[in-house]
Amino acid sequence: MHSEAALRVAARLGLEMGRPNLEEFAEALMVRARADRNVLAVTSDSRGSGKLSSFAKALPGQIVEVGIAEQNLVGMAAGLASAGKTVFAVSPACFLTARALEQIKNDIAYSDQPVTLVGISAGVSYGALGTTHHSLHDFAALRAIHNLIVAAPADNFETRSAVHAAATVRVPVYLRFGKAPLFTLPAGEVPFAFGRARVLRPGCDVAFVAAGETVIHALLAGAYLEETHGLECRVISMPTLKPLDSAAVLAAGLECHTMVTAEEHSVHGGLGEACAAVLARAGAPCTLDIVGIPDEYTFTGSQAEIFHHYGLSMEGLAATAISLRRRVGTTA
Amino acid sequence: MPTDHELARKSLQYRRQILRVIKRAGAGHIGGSLSCVDILNVLYNRILRVSPATVTEPGRDRYIQSKGHSVEALYVVLAERGFFPESELETLGAPASHFVGHPTRNVPGIEHNTGALGHGLSVAVGMALAAKMDRARFRTFVLLGDGELAEGSNWEAAMAAAHYGLDSLTAIIDCNSLQISGPTSAVMNSEPLGEKFAAFGWAVRRVDGHDIEALTSVLGAPLAPGRPGVVIADTVKGKGVSFMEDTVGWHHGVPDDEQYVRALAEIDAGLANLERGAQ
Repeated sequence: MHSEAALRVAARLGLEMGRPNLEEFAEALMVRARADRNVLAVTSDSRGSGKLSSFAKALPGQIVEVGIAEQNLVGMAAGLASAGKTVFAVSPACFLTARALEQIKNDIAYSDQPVTLVGISAGVSYGALGTTHHSLHDFAALRAIHNLIVAAPADNFETRSAVHAAATVRVPVYLRFGKAPLFTLPAGEVPFAFGRARVLRPGCDVAFVAAGETVIHALLAGAYLEETHGLECRVISMPTLKPLDSAAVLAAGLECHTMVTAEEHSVHGGLGEACAAVLARAGAPCTLDIVGIPDEYTFTGSQAEIFHHYGLSMEGLAATAISLRRRVGTTA
Repeated sequence: MPTDHELARKSLQYRRQILRVIKRAGAGHIGGSLSCVDILNVLYNRILRVSPATVTEPGRDRYIQSKGHSVEALYVVLAERGFFPESELETLGAPASHFVGHPTRNVPGIEHNTGALGHGLSVAVGMALAAKMDRARFRTFVLLGDGELAEGSNWEAAMAAAHYGLDSLTAIIDCNSLQISGPTSAVMNSEPLGEKFAAFGWAVRRVDGHDIEALTSVLGAPLAPGRPGVVIADTVKGKGVSFMEDTVGWHHGVPDDEQYVRALAEIDAGLANLERGAQ
């Protein structure tokens, strides 16, 4: 996933390698479920890919299998929640948020059923399995639906925190997780809460705003630019796409004047455009570039290769920041 | 328990009220509301263990109207049963009203928001599964349209209901044989419904969906232990108003003034006949 240079920066920052967010999710869910028998995992032949095999073995009465039927997965989840269950509906993000989009819209969000939708192997986690298995539309589609928290945790801490928060907020939530092992991010100034940005690194020369599995690359890019160009980069993990922490985005725009967003999502309708709207509405003097998956036939490769191809890497994001500063006439 | 005679009177009064609220609002799904209202009459007056006082009780019976477009029938029955003041029906379709053209939980007594077809059965399966997990005694009912059964999600849910042996679940099909473009048999044939559900593992009964006594008998208890039940209720779209019956155009037609007067006159004549018959 990371270049040797990036691994050197990570070592200098003292970052420790964690595990895949999916595994962290499964363990956090098990903790909740052991404490409360009303906590259920509902799966669509996805217990293996959702890392829920141990859950199924330990708590067989708390896992509901619906087979390969995502629409029914979400509808049943709504009914179970309506009857008092705390439901985590777990299915590959690509199918969950496209095939069952209408059920998410009507049966969960509009009907206000407190279900947590868990999109597993999200973004381009499935790599070379191809576009059918990628979810590059989910932020855009779900952000446009009222009454749904949309979140993409960036490391094991954010994942664990998000699972516990989702189990207690009693409102509809969408969480998306990938399956690559992830570095544990520095604690940052702000603890995890839905709707709150986490500033991982202070700075006023460049702002990186990232979500999910791209955050680590933004953090490394920030440290790398300090090393190579003496730039102080603010790095913000934005685990919640909606509600967006607009105040943190605006502050970064007003104080840094250069912003690079990063997301494992189409450049349309995701984190970048959400930040752009905040800045434009406020008339903030800030130039912005949105790094994500462009609107084209997606490059074939593993998640790491796709990230590298589209500049979702330490080097790629650093280069984007430098070129953005040059473009607007700021000395790099 | 109200008598058959009282329910027969309610059926006519409900029909009168459906016509009135749709005429007033200038929009509504009149044909389907008139085809399913006898089913709702039996459910809310004889079967469902739910009342305005128990509407949030965990042990209440649940009803989901998956064919949400026939909401006027549901609104009228819920109002008459006291879930909200009948005067609120006057706001149907008005700006800022809770009473929109499909069911929402903003209206007291409504369990789930519907309107997009093919959703209600899955939700009902989830409710019935929760009941089974908790050994709760509540029953779950869901009303489907025969045209609605072209939505594939219904069959995902049908498979799951049988897989989990949900005998507390009863689906009722308002089988009026017409949908917006024409006869269901011509648009997308859903028959043979009984054989389809039986093949999916359901217990099946077929009744006259306007026969109060038959509906009461078939809905009174789960159809078979260990299996979900489906009641295929053969109905007439627009039932009770001669010129609306079995006519595609009345799927969501609104009567003009002359038609409205004629329709009410037919219903009032029915009410007068009923009272004469009782004397």
